[in-house]
Amino acid sequence: MNSRAATLAAAMALLAAAGCAGPERHSVVDPAGVQADRIHGLWWLYLAVCVAVYVLVMAAVAVALVRRRGGSDQPLTAPPLAAEVRRGIAVAGCVGLTVVTLFVLLIADFVTGRRIDSLAREGTLTVRVTGHQWWWEVRYEESDPQQQHNAFTTANEIHIPTGRAVRFELESTDVIHSFWVPNLHGKTDMIPGHRTKTDIRADRDGEFWGQCAEFCGHQHANMRLRVIAQPEAEFQKWLAEQRQPARESAPKSSQDRGKGVFMKSSCVLCHTITGTQAGGRVGPDLTHLASRPRIAAGTLENTRGNLAEWVTDPHGIKPGVRMPANPLAPEDLHVLLDYLESLK
Amino acid sequence: MVRRALAVFTACSLLVACEREERQFRSAPPFGGPVRFEEDYQNNAHALSEGKRLYSAFNCKGCHADGGGGIGPPLMDEKWFYGSEPEQVFDTISKGRENGMPAFGGEARAPGINVVGTVPEHQRWQLVAYVRSLSGLASRNAAPGRNDHMQTKPPENEKEPETPVVAPPPPDVVLPK
Repeated sequence: MNSRAATLAAAMALLAAAGCAGPERHSVVDPAGVQADRIHGLWWLYLAVCVAVYVLVMAAVAVALVRRRGGSDQPLTAPPLAAEVRRGIAVAGCVGLTVVTLFVLLIADFVTGRRIDSLAREGTLTVRVTGHQWWWEVRYEESDPQQQHNAFTTANEIHIPTGRAVRFELESTDVIHSFWVPNLHGKTDMIPGHRTKTDIRADRDGEFWGQCAEFCGHQHANMRLRVIAQPEAEFQKWLAEQRQPARESAPKSSQDRGKGVFMKSSCVLCHTITGTQAGGRVGPDLTHLASRPRIAAGTLENTRGNLAEWVTDPHGIKPGVRMPANPLAPEDLHVLLDYLESLK
Repeated sequence: MVRRALAVFTACSLLVACEREERQFRSAPPFGGPVRFEEDYQNNAHALSEGKRLYSAFNCKGCHADGGGGIGPPLMDEKWFYGSEPEQVFDTISKGRENGMPAFGGEARAPGINVVGTVPEHQRWQLVAYVRSLSGLASRNAAPGRNDHMQTKPPENEKEPETPVVAPPPPDVVLPK
């Protein structure tokens, strides 16, 4: 009996320990930004209050069960007046306590909401994120009309400078999506035909995972994005790289033949590669595809094998996805992969 | 008696569910096999709505608008320059036509026709089904309903079927030099 209890306790401890694995990339209880930190505080307050209320209610129920009245054979009599008054005071006290508790939660909620909203915007960095079924279009805007050529588009990957507030403008092209990076902030819905905004600041470097948080169809669960918070210098370097048009491939090389395949087949109809004739806005921008460590909205690692499978049979990986299957000849597929891998 | 009738009725109405529409993500047509136009496209709500999505995605709208025409001819009337049969529409989309219709099947019918990549074959069939639904030639049970955004025409599933008429193609447009 004792050993069984010990095993049970050990199992419970192990389960609990699973919750405290170091820094996490997709967790509300490991805040990496000032807003997530405030939400985290509110979360703990709610948890503590709710646990206390639950324990008190269960204790009251237990007491009521233990202190039961006599059997049904006893005649019913009205309780003495003093007992009636005492009971009335107890009920009024409990109602008062409930109201006070709810007010504490209400005020904490209100204060947190105001503090989240008052994030100072030091920089002018604006990122427009557009939800598509089932990927994220990410556009780095330039407010200065003279600098419009510096605006660029990427997909499923957002780089932000650590310590600087970034304005996210959120849109959707088809159905309602929701932008959620748990380590950095709460959810913000993306609504077709209506632009929503949220400000985010990461206070430590790292890679944080985001997830669509509003059911949007077949591949909702695999609609992920990565947010990379990095020091300002690294961030500027990344910006400079992304602003470049796609890398030219040497004439007659396999990359060049792959580019030919890209422009002749179905790829060109949906995808953009800056600096070439490919300008489709239906699928993700591929100008710097090889610089992104993951493909298919965070589902797969960006390796040659995965890329080949994704191009030829995307529905084997993500059923219902918008990308069509492309039955390419083996030779065409190989040179196409050479070309895609050269898009650094 | 009433109870038995009710039971039979319930059983019969359950049978209706047997004719469930199939939605194939990894459809057979692009990898060979005969094209079952009626089942897989013309009477299939998924194929028709995909066709509608692709109609915008590949910018058919740019010339044909929402079916009323503009630079290109209208698609919601009874007139067909190059034939209304599915194979004929497929041929028009795939190889293009003189007068400006680009080829979406990878190779043009004649020199001078612009080739805009290769739309996968099953997507071209989805487009054929949707284009035919614009003049009411698809199943009204399967055709797309009302748009979420502003309406420019009644929804496809409310379109009265037109009787196709073969009209002579317009004379070649001579572009000013």
